[in-house]
Amino acid sequence: MIDKSIKKVLLLGSGALKIGEAGEFDYSGSQALKAMREEGIETVLINPNIATVQTSEGIADKIYFLPVTPFFVEEVIKKEKPQGILLAFGGQTALNCGVSLYTSGIIDKYSLKVLGTPVQAIMDTEDRELFVKKLDEIGVHTIKSHAADNIEEAVEAASSLGYPVILRAAYALGGLGSGFCDNEEELRRLGEKAFSYSPQVLVEKSLKGWKEIEYEVVRDRFDNCITVCNMENFDPLGIHTGESIVVAPSQTLTNYEYNLLRELSIRIVRHIGIVGECNVQFAFDPLSEEYRVIEVNARLSRSSALASKATGYPLAFIAAKLGLGYALYELKNSITKTTPAFFEPALDYVVCKIPRWDLSKFHGVSREIGSSMKSVGEVMAIGRTFEEAIQKGLRMIGQGAHGFTANKEIPVENIDRALREPTDNRIFVISKAFLKGYTVSQIHDLTKIDKWFLDKLYNIIRTSTELSALDSLEDLGPALLRKAKCQGFSDFQIGRHILKDRIDTEEMVKAVRDYRKRLGIVPVVKQIDTLAAEFPAKTNYLYLTYNGTASDVDYKGDGRSVIVLGSGAYRIGSSVEFDWCSVNSLSAIRKSGWRGVMINYNPETVSTDYDMCDRLYFDELTYERVLDIYDLERPHGVIVSVGGQIPNNLATRLDEAGVPLLGTTADSIDNAEDRHRFSSMLDRLGIDQPRWRELTSLEDIYGFVEDVGFPVLVRPSYVLSGAAMNVCSNKSELEQFLKLAANVSKKHPVVVSEFIEHAKEIEFDAVADEGNIIAYAISEHIEFAGVHSGDATIQFPPQKLYVETARRIKKISRKIADALKISGPFNIQFLAKENDIKVIECNLRASRSFPFVSKVLKINLIELATKVMLSEHPLPPAKSAFDLDYVGVKASQFSFSRLQKADPVLGVDMSSTGEVGCLGDDTNEALLKAMLSVGCSIPKKNILISSGDGKQKAELLSACRLLDRNGFRIYATGGSYKYLADNNINATRVYWPSEDSSEPQALDLLHERKIDLVINIPKNLTQAELDNGYKIRRAAVDFNIPLITNARLASAFIMAFCSYSLESMQIKSWDEYR
Amino acid sequence: MKKATLHLGTGLEFQGFSFGYEYPADGEVVFNTAMVGYPESLTDPSYSGQILCVTYPIVGNYGVPEDKVTGNISENFESEKIHVRGLIISDYSFNYSHWSAVKSLDAWLKEFRIPGIFGVDTREITKILRERGSMPGAIIPEGMSLATPPYDPGSENQVAIVSCRDVIRYGSGRKKIVLLDCGVKHNILRCLLRRNIEIIRVPWDYDFNSLEYDGLFISNGPGNPEYCTAAVENIRKALSADKPVFGICMGNQLLAKASGASTFKLKYGHRSHNQPVRLLGTDRCFITSQNHGYAVDGNTLGKDWEPLFINMNDGTNEGIRHKSGRYFSVQFHPEASSGPTDTEFLFDKFINLL
Repeated sequence: MIDKSIKKVLLLGSGALKIGEAGEFDYSGSQALKAMREEGIETVLINPNIATVQTSEGIADKIYFLPVTPFFVEEVIKKEKPQGILLAFGGQTALNCGVSLYTSGIIDKYSLKVLGTPVQAIMDTEDRELFVKKLDEIGVHTIKSHAADNIEEAVEAASSLGYPVILRAAYALGGLGSGFCDNEEELRRLGEKAFSYSPQVLVEKSLKGWKEIEYEVVRDRFDNCITVCNMENFDPLGIHTGESIVVAPSQTLTNYEYNLLRELSIRIVRHIGIVGECNVQFAFDPLSEEYRVIEVNARLSRSSALASKATGYPLAFIAAKLGLGYALYELKNSITKTTPAFFEPALDYVVCKIPRWDLSKFHGVSREIGSSMKSVGEVMAIGRTFEEAIQKGLRMIGQGAHGFTANKEIPVENIDRALREPTDNRIFVISKAFLKGYTVSQIHDLTKIDKWFLDKLYNIIRTSTELSALDSLEDLGPALLRKAKCQGFSDFQIGRHILKDRIDTEEMVKAVRDYRKRLGIVPVVKQIDTLAAEFPAKTNYLYLTYNGTASDVDYKGDGRSVIVLGSGAYRIGSSVEFDWCSVNSLSAIRKSGWRGVMINYNPETVSTDYDMCDRLYFDELTYERVLDIYDLERPHGVIVSVGGQIPNNLATRLDEAGVPLLGTTADSIDNAEDRHRFSSMLDRLGIDQPRWRELTSLEDIYGFVEDVGFPVLVRPSYVLSGAAMNVCSNKSELEQFLKLAANVSKKHPVVVSEFIEHAKEIEFDAVADEGNIIAYAISEHIEFAGVHSGDATIQFPPQKLYVETARRIKKISRKIADALKISGPFNIQFLAKENDIKVIECNLRASRSFPFVSKVLKINLIELATKVMLSEHPLPPAKSAFDLDYVGVKASQFSFSRLQKADPVLGVDMSSTGEVGCLGDDTNEALLKAMLSVGCSIPKKNILISSGDGKQKAELLSACRLLDRNGFRIYATGGSYKYLADNNINATRVYWPSEDSSEPQALDLLHERKIDLVINIPKNLTQAELDNGYKIRRAAVDFNIPLITNARLASAFIMAFCSYSLESMQIKSWDEYR
Repeated sequence: MKKATLHLGTGLEFQGFSFGYEYPADGEVVFNTAMVGYPESLTDPSYSGQILCVTYPIVGNYGVPEDKVTGNISENFESEKIHVRGLIISDYSFNYSHWSAVKSLDAWLKEFRIPGIFGVDTREITKILRERGSMPGAIIPEGMSLATPPYDPGSENQVAIVSCRDVIRYGSGRKKIVLLDCGVKHNILRCLLRRNIEIIRVPWDYDFNSLEYDGLFISNGPGNPEYCTAAVENIRKALSADKPVFGICMGNQLLAKASGASTFKLKYGHRSHNQPVRLLGTDRCFITSQNHGYAVDGNTLGKDWEPLFINMNDGTNEGIRHKSGRYFSVQFHPEASSGPTDTEFLFDKFINLL
């Protein structure tokens, strides 16, 4: 019973990954596109995120790498003339864009049908006042909230409600600009910022300490309604759900409570008129049956992606079908393939989601977590006890934890405070508190975390104490060992508790494993089947557990499967690009007639969609777990080179354990990873590299620096505080850094390298077969070296590279590929100054830029690499980058607005959370599209410039002249002003915050929103200089004004918007670039 | 912790640990896939004669609320006592956490002398039951044994065991219904009383036709409907009185039998909170709570009868209706408790007929 008038639909994607909007929307969008395709409907996708799976060949019919903004969307609508549009699959970005298209009449103008939830219903959920009114109509309680249109109204509302209050910006991503205020002063401070994101701010009474419960609800147009999953936050209200550990299903609700909230969810969804999927969040009193509805998300969300993975119910796929007019009873449960999609999954396991933060990557950021989101990724762990699930999860977040116990001791000044005021490591503070003798009740009083969770954590502590009382493995009886494994202890944890680091850790892990297997204590494999075994499942969505005695799957042992190790939690430096690589590798494996097996645990990915592979193990990527799976699966081989650094790091140990790795050997991988081995190989091959030394004393360091000169790049192996890497420009900085931040000793050497300034950085992405390069892509950074390659703006094919440079790079790469006998994907990073080429890094795995260059070049390097690894010896593709008549530019997305107090400046450590890649006829067009896609806008008039040191000022000069000539108004701080005036460029002088007696103040201009673009170039990367412009940069971020901190990028951007206007850019789909 | 073994069918054994009352238990092993509601399930009279295997692995989390009976209705449970003969779970929460709890699940089981076992692979047990059908089993704590073969609930009339002995009256109201008690869940009483109905609760074999009443309600209950011939006879008489009739679960089976249809035993029954049913001839579907091992054969309905609901998973009958619209019954549980409350409106439908 579907709408047959829909022949072509437009789907809005979510753009670059950012905090609050990450890989989950690649998953939702891909599912929706799949659902449309199945109906024979043509699909058009707008999404500039080139690293995603949804922007790959074969998912959508037409792909536009363009910003998801009303202007570009309308242009695409004009050109493509779709009949329908999908707004619910691209996060808040797509939803906001959709609402704006609706209110400006564009949806009507082109007679577009919004598939699924009507826009009015979306608006009813997004506008707080409308929302409360709507829920009042059906007698559902919401949090008492007062909408304020200015600060004074907000203050008045707060005093009538009584402090503490929570402030929320309406229409904002994942709690942006939200926070708790204990008094008027805090309210005024936060309020100003909130109003910069939104014209309306909401003041609510705080319900800190209440439980937070969510329901995922699905409704069809016939009013059939189900709740697919409920979830309970481990952290009580006050911590954003994206920042909280979450379990599914709820653990502490009685039947009455569970069904009370379920019934309310359904009542709400029916009343609002959702068609498709929706998320309802509740605050629930832990001491009565009182509740408040926190919010309703009338779209697919992070929670819905989690719920899909947690239950096996494909929410996005079903939601898309319902949008076409299907009834739930007409669709099938995609796991059983026999029962209908109208049902509610019954789980026979517990899942635990844990956020992944990367706060140490940022200067000055507060580590406290609260009502606004800061985490960059998440993991989902599955177990049959809570203890098992959470310990798995704590290992999965990949920040060095081995579980809840047996971790490196964390320094905590004041445990009470660290429990009361949560930071990103509170869970480990709880562990520490238990060991210090805190009781469950004490911890509950400080954290308000439900005692049920704390009791379970205490079980883990008790078992760890039992283990620690032993002294040798032989003392460990089977009963205790089994109990420990049922509670999710890893072999490492058990070994450390018993052997107390007396032997080498790798040996220790092996010893525990052998001992355990001798006792016959091994995990079993269970299926996620949506119906708790009531009906047979047809899919192989699997996890491992010790809480069971029989496996659900039979192993053929025919050696016809290939295991791909995935990328784990998204983090800064490793995200959706490796999911694209994993998915493409799996599909190449299956196309070649093998069974593709995936191991990964990130709920925001497409690779963990059970129909992407023959078997999905939603489980850990640890040595122990991969071996467990290897023991069962006995595959043809394992691929470690498409999932980023996590699998790459396992290569050597897996190889030693006898696991057949496909492609480049573990020894070669080690040869590239080990700094000393790699360096001496380069010396042997006569390849140049920046001079470096691993040093263990201050004298040696000073001696080395005398040789190479400043600046130097310093990488301590043991970091006390702050960033792991730093550039030091002079002796006093070096001294300060080494004394304050790092610990230099024989045990903790420091790597010091020559830092070459004003050099070009070049990426070489390639595939080799037994040492011969069969395909490659050379791309060029816009910024000079010194900006992390993950933060840099990259163009491909290179536009300003000497032919000689390119030739030398190819020559060097061939030598390296041959020396390492590379078979598979690899990446080399080069520095080039004039034609002087140096190698800075080599990774024998796919790199971050693989999807970008593959899609621009239209050669799937991963497919090719996978064929190589399967020993198919594919022919080199005929085409090369020199044939391209267009340019691709990859730009980085930063999420500084989420990270309160962080300095939004770029350096040698990566800080971007995502990227986009856009195409154009030349660099200017591609770059402008890319910059607009990461949230920049073409300035209307006023630009604030502080242009750094002499060289950077010179770098910016012609761009400033162009601005002046094009009628832009330049505001410049002291030195920059003088430089511009000396060069006859019109500018208005403004003053730094430190020059507080003079007017106009740069900060005032920002606060008054008179500035459309801020260009703020730190003179160098020293801390002192970083502090200087901090206030300006931070104000730009907090007031949502585009900010550029690199002179080369600023010049390129100015050139771009002076050469193109919005209207003059071409609206061309990917396939139109030929 | 004392070890215990679950014996299943002929020869299958699962090793675990004893909790609750430390004593051998036997009965028919069935599974339920609900994720919440163990206090309600354990006190549901429909489990009479059975050992319950809970597929959700973590049980006991929120303890057990106070056992309070006011005016012959339990406030927090579905009857006055635990009806299962034994409980099988995977992971027991020794410490519970809930404001309404007064004791642990373990303590409560001990109080009613009900044995339990934890630490066994409940998913594997469920798969065995799914493939081979519900089967006899026993929970045997270490060092103990069972003298006789496991108890077979099919060997006697379970309804007679759980039904009330005497007529009990509840409430007052404009309308008066007879509630034929085959093992009624107390939430059915609560649902009716909330609608201002006077209830005359009568034993399962009581001939209520002589009473003065406005409508007949036939309750849920355990076991094989074949045993309830006395009830079927009385219902058949009532059908000629033209007073509205509503039945739930066993009530559906007895009403079907009274109309001439037959029932059969399902391989492993429906016990869960997520059973989808469709209201026939419409686009409306509902998620229902169910607990039954027998079903009505929809093909055997008499000529004046039609199926009302159908199970969307396996196509079995989920309710019947007389063409007059005056008599109807459902196989699922509109009173929920435990489970989803989406079909509670059926009580209103019945009340409106009175």
